[in-house]
Amino acid sequence: MTWLLAIFQTLLFVALAPLLAGWLKWCKCHLQNRQAPSLLQPYRELLKLTRKQPVVAEHASWIFTRAPYIIFSATVLAASIVPLIAVDLPTAAIADVIVLVGFFAFARFFLALAGLDIGTAFGGMGSSREMTISSLAEPAMLMAIFTLTMTASTTNLSFAIVHVLNEGLVLRPSFVFALFALMLVAIAETGRIPVDNPDTHLELTMIHEAMILEYSGRHLALIEWASQVKLMLYGVLIANIFFPWGIAQGFSIQALAYGLLAIIVKLALLAILLSISETLLAKMRLFRVQEYLSFAYLLGLLGMLSHIILEASR
Amino acid sequence: MNIEQQDFYTQAILSMAALIGLASFLMLGQGRLLRLIFVFALQGLLLTLTAALSAYSLDNHHLYISAGLTLVLKVMFIPWMLRRQVLAMHMNRDVEALENKTLVMLGGASLMVFSYYVLHPIVQSSSTIMVNALAVSLSVVLLGMLLMISHRQAVAHVVGFMSIENGLFFAAIVATNGMPMVVELGIAFDVLVAAVLFGIFFFHIRTSIDSLDVDRLNRLNEIDQ
Repeated sequence: MTWLLAIFQTLLFVALAPLLAGWLKWCKCHLQNRQAPSLLQPYRELLKLTRKQPVVAEHASWIFTRAPYIIFSATVLAASIVPLIAVDLPTAAIADVIVLVGFFAFARFFLALAGLDIGTAFGGMGSSREMTISSLAEPAMLMAIFTLTMTASTTNLSFAIVHVLNEGLVLRPSFVFALFALMLVAIAETGRIPVDNPDTHLELTMIHEAMILEYSGRHLALIEWASQVKLMLYGVLIANIFFPWGIAQGFSIQALAYGLLAIIVKLALLAILLSISETLLAKMRLFRVQEYLSFAYLLGLLGMLSHIILEASR
Repeated sequence: MNIEQQDFYTQAILSMAALIGLASFLMLGQGRLLRLIFVFALQGLLLTLTAALSAYSLDNHHLYISAGLTLVLKVMFIPWMLRRQVLAMHMNRDVEALENKTLVMLGGASLMVFSYYVLHPIVQSSSTIMVNALAVSLSVVLLGMLLMISHRQAVAHVVGFMSIENGLFFAAIVATNGMPMVVELGIAFDVLVAAVLFGIFFFHIRTSIDSLDVDRLNRLNEIDQ
């Protein structure tokens, strides 16, 4: 029964991800006085792409054609271990937060390989930029996560969320820092403004789009879908770690429905926040990104420090 | 004692301490003068909130007066005056190139660890909140000094000086539940007078060396060699 629920939650995660992307686009269009596409537009695009025949370059090796499947399945596996509407599911007990970071790194590795594989200048440039950014973002993310795990004294995401829930409302300075650090990392890792622009592939400074420039058809659909799931993963992480209220602790229909409603509201609010920041900010120069990420690392470090200095018992 | 066992007031004060520390870090890495002044005003606002909070929860009415003084002086008057001077001297578009910004930031983080390490044995006997808040206020003082060392513009030095005073004021509120009124009034007016004097100094430095970059004060001779 719980396994069924876990599978259902993962499917829901994957199915809702394009909706979140559509909602984000809708908010952004309205903030910028443009005509918004329908909320279902990302689904239509994915459908259109799956119907088209993929064109593969002549020099592509097996990595190029396999990479989309590997990336998509790694992202779905990552989605299966993040509690979306309920905690204490069996999948959450299998893997902890560090494995989650590992899944992200695994998917990124294959994406970068696929970018290099085809041999175009753009692909190589995008891959090298992606690796640069991720090598700076990962320590910051781990720092923020360690703050959480030290507070809850477990690296398991589900148990940590239960711990935060059981404590009730505690004002923790370290969580404030960890929240900001994780938000900055999430923006960098999912390639949003100000680090990368997701809306265009016509810029010389693009990162994510440069790597997937050669993809078409169902391969492109899988990669796009995976990046939408990744965006939602970061959103769910932020929402459920720092504001876990509403997530279902039992498995009754009522609690689950309430959990689903809560996470939808939280994600919608986070998306509004992200679209406001994307409207206000301009894209950074590539060489400013390391300053931005070192600030995120500093915030994570401060979170850790204030956990030790201000909160720990002695 | 863990934080979840403390009362709500203590948690709020500790969060304020963390945010004040964060404001100091933000000032440390800021190259634009107007933003620096804005973050300084934010730190003043956090101090005001802390003072009002401790006045409310300790039922200590004279702290409301010092909260009001902080609000008027450090959130409104001094930032307004500094901002006006920066705009008048057309320095709002200058971006100060900080040398080795990451190193300075990491130095700031190690100063925070250091101040905790220094205070740890001293106040072993007193309450947890006092040690922690004192550690943060000492690190705000040290970070203010680091700000003065690492920036070259005279305006940034003044902001660093004022944030040192912020750190001392925070320690005074948290550790002693407010100094006597006379002392607080005295300090508040000292800060006010200092701000006005600095304004006059800016003017003089500006007219004599045509810049507010204090590195150029090292050259005493009038003719370039």
